[in-house]
Amino acid sequence: MTDLAANAPAGGRASRSLLVPSARMRRRNSAERRFRSYGLIAIVVSLLSLAVMLSTIFRDGASSFWQARLEFPVTLDAAVLDPKGNADPAEMAKQTTVTYGKLLDQSFAAILAAGGIDASGLTDKEIGAMVSKAAPAQIRDRVLADPSLLGQTITVDVLAAGRIDGYLKGRVTRETAARDRNVSPAQLDLADRLVGAGLLAERWNWDFITGPDASDTRPESAGLGVALIGSVYMMLLVLVMCVPVGVAASIYLEEFAPKNGWTDLIEVNIANLAAVPSIVFGILGLAVFINFLQLPQSSSLVGALVISLMTLPTIIIATRSAVRAVPPSVRDAALGIGASKMQAVFHHVLPLAMPGILTGTILGLATALGETAPLLLIGMVAFVTNYPDAPPEGFLDPATALPVQVYNWASRSDPAFIERSNGAIIVLLVFLLAMNVSAILLRRKFERRW
Amino acid sequence: MPVHILCLILLAIGLAGYFLGRRRALQVAGGNAKLLHSLPAYHGWHVALMATVPALLLLALWLIVQPIYLENRVTGHLPPEMAATPADVSLAMSDIRRLAAGLETAVDAGVLTEEEVRDPAADPAALAATLKPLGVALGTTPTPQVLAAAREYRTTAARLSVARAAAVLAVALIGLIAALRMARVDLWARNRVERAVLGLLILASSVAILTTIGIVWSMLSESLRFFQHYPMADFFFGLTWSPNFKGGSELGFLPLLWGTMYITVIALAVAVPLGLYAAIYLAEYADPRLRAWIKPMIEVIAGIPTVVYGLFALITVGPFLRDYFAQPLGLGNSGSSVLNAGIVIGILNVPFISSLADDIINAVPQSLRDGSLGLGATRSETIRKVVLPAALPGIMGAVLMAASRAIGETMIVVMGAGAAAKLSLNPLEAMTTMTVKIVGQLTGDTDFAAPETLVAFALGMTLFAITLALNVLAVWIVRKYREQYE
Repeated sequence: MTDLAANAPAGGRASRSLLVPSARMRRRNSAERRFRSYGLIAIVVSLLSLAVMLSTIFRDGASSFWQARLEFPVTLDAAVLDPKGNADPAEMAKQTTVTYGKLLDQSFAAILAAGGIDASGLTDKEIGAMVSKAAPAQIRDRVLADPSLLGQTITVDVLAAGRIDGYLKGRVTRETAARDRNVSPAQLDLADRLVGAGLLAERWNWDFITGPDASDTRPESAGLGVALIGSVYMMLLVLVMCVPVGVAASIYLEEFAPKNGWTDLIEVNIANLAAVPSIVFGILGLAVFINFLQLPQSSSLVGALVISLMTLPTIIIATRSAVRAVPPSVRDAALGIGASKMQAVFHHVLPLAMPGILTGTILGLATALGETAPLLLIGMVAFVTNYPDAPPEGFLDPATALPVQVYNWASRSDPAFIERSNGAIIVLLVFLLAMNVSAILLRRKFERRW
Repeated sequence: MPVHILCLILLAIGLAGYFLGRRRALQVAGGNAKLLHSLPAYHGWHVALMATVPALLLLALWLIVQPIYLENRVTGHLPPEMAATPADVSLAMSDIRRLAAGLETAVDAGVLTEEEVRDPAADPAALAATLKPLGVALGTTPTPQVLAAAREYRTTAARLSVARAAAVLAVALIGLIAALRMARVDLWARNRVERAVLGLLILASSVAILTTIGIVWSMLSESLRFFQHYPMADFFFGLTWSPNFKGGSELGFLPLLWGTMYITVIALAVAVPLGLYAAIYLAEYADPRLRAWIKPMIEVIAGIPTVVYGLFALITVGPFLRDYFAQPLGLGNSGSSVLNAGIVIGILNVPFISSLADDIINAVPQSLRDGSLGLGATRSETIRKVVLPAALPGIMGAVLMAASRAIGETMIVVMGAGAAAKLSLNPLEAMTTMTVKIVGQLTGDTDFAAPETLVAFALGMTLFAITLALNVLAVWIVRKYREQYE
């Protein structure tokens, strides 16, 4: 004992209780706390940026599902719309949207006068500009579809101009309007009076989800319809092309492949393809499918081919782990009672691996749905206003895709398109959420511990 | 006959083959299935496969070869002044294809009769005028040579389409009959079917190799064409990027490489500390319940499409950096900047690094930690001095993979980094990357003979080589330095 006491270093450290930390220990402990807080800060910063991003998108995008609409009666003057008076749609089709536009402007002005809404200080043109440029075509289509409306007074429900919509949503103010060529503060005053009279209101806007895209001057009527159809077509084709190939490749590699150079080559290729930047697949699609095989540009078929090649490694990796998770005892039992190797795999292993394959496939498709860059190169960024036909011919028609529509709108100059872009993201995220939730539910339901 | 109808017919033949094959097998066994070597269903499959697989392979081959054959045949008829260079040929071919498609539409719509289309004396200008209301926009009035070529194209295509349907259906029927005639009691139908299925499985797994070949071939061939127009040294060592479709472009690669690397470094500076500290916290400190919540939430970051981050960079982060940093500091007034794209790519890469690092840290054996803690080290000292050194190769691998992802990232830089190729140190200035320029040169109207378009393939090739090298290096580091703890 005396030895120990004698060996104790000088400086009084030995006399301290262990319960009282020394200065050095305090330093070490605070370093510990600091280190730990760095970890927490890193997590908080990451999640906070995610939260900021999602909340800005929802804040800016949610309003795109509502749109300012004007509701007022219009008298469809037969003498103007059908000068020959024979109600023949072919004859009536000669009256262009210009005629309908004039009619609409007159009716609108008449309503203002009848309702005692003060529109002084505004020219007729400015009053007419309150209504969207898409409205005359809407009325024209309605009349051409049903010529018996001629001569009647119908109540129309048309879009208000984009700037007026922006004003009701708070995007356009009197200050910005004073600097804007497309709208004047006086028009905003009129909008206030119209809201007061119940003629103008924000209403739920199905056209945003189902309508086709619109040109730069008509943001109010731009919709996601073509992009949605394009995305759905592409996902269908990816499902049909990619999943069978991916599952077949995984089964071969997991169950049948001999250990040789060819198998190694395949494995290396799959690993590398999973890490190739997506834009490279776009270049491949452009060179092989469009320039070499002469498939039509912007078509969902080419988009699906490119996305399939990109998604293939993901699906193969997911399927292989699902197949590997089936215990060897299942195979042994099947082989033991006389099944062939192929029968053991197709009758027993594959059905047991199916939930895992399905989950992996859904997650792979969710990634594929959000892919944008390769689609830009194969021309899916084009301005498409015609819905693609029904499949299979429709697979060759020009289409866009949801994420490409987001990019397309974001690159336009009118700020109203930024709102639409955010709205399109919300639709995209809803799809992704649905797919991910269904994958999680599937996994929960069929999860099996061997 | 359209391809999809042909496929449907083949499917029907296959289905019929299955049932016929099964019935035939039972027939030869006198109704006693036990006499057969293979189950009747395998005989059915045998017939179905024999009928459809060779026919489908023929169809696929035909679809690949037909355009090449057609092009060669039609260009053979072009006068030499129109086929002087490959660019002229491709220009003439696109005119011919458009005109041929237009004629087809016109015949379908009933505007033109077959005779009018074939009439060699037809006036091209009148024809163009007839096609116009059908939505067939021809750039210029076709010359008689183009018209003749388009006629040739159209008739050949029609003839080939008939020949294709006939050949494919003949092969299918021959396969069907041959398989039915093969049915015998001792036919090893199961083994034959299984061998065919195995062949299909091998074919499916070779798609990965075909894709790689396709990528390398498509980019290499076009890159070589680019280097015929533009010297390789000027591309790789040029300091100016100013493409001009009128000619006289300078297509120096270094400004793009600089922009790409600058953005990647900033992205890593954001992603590595955030991802690594998050992984350390989750692996070493967080209790399991917290971990079960936090880990999936961080992974949500990786599940959101990049175009969403692009929009975030464009309308939120970019203007924020401009208003609160660039303008007060006098460093520029551009919404898009290197810093903007770098930060957002960094955030996107956090879950990638954190989940890889998490796995690697968890793979470090507990005994190392216990030993260090037993010697009196605090937990952070254990992590810094024992766990991290042991996990370092894996973490290096993860960082390299994150770098390769940042280099190949497209949408965020397209929307957040700008389009001006510059060699500048200012992080708040707009610069551009390889991927931005690939998108820029290949979207819109492109002329695949101009070096300004072809340069995109050279950029793609370089991008592919860089990312591949980084990934191979990452895998190699992980393999080489992986400590074997067991």
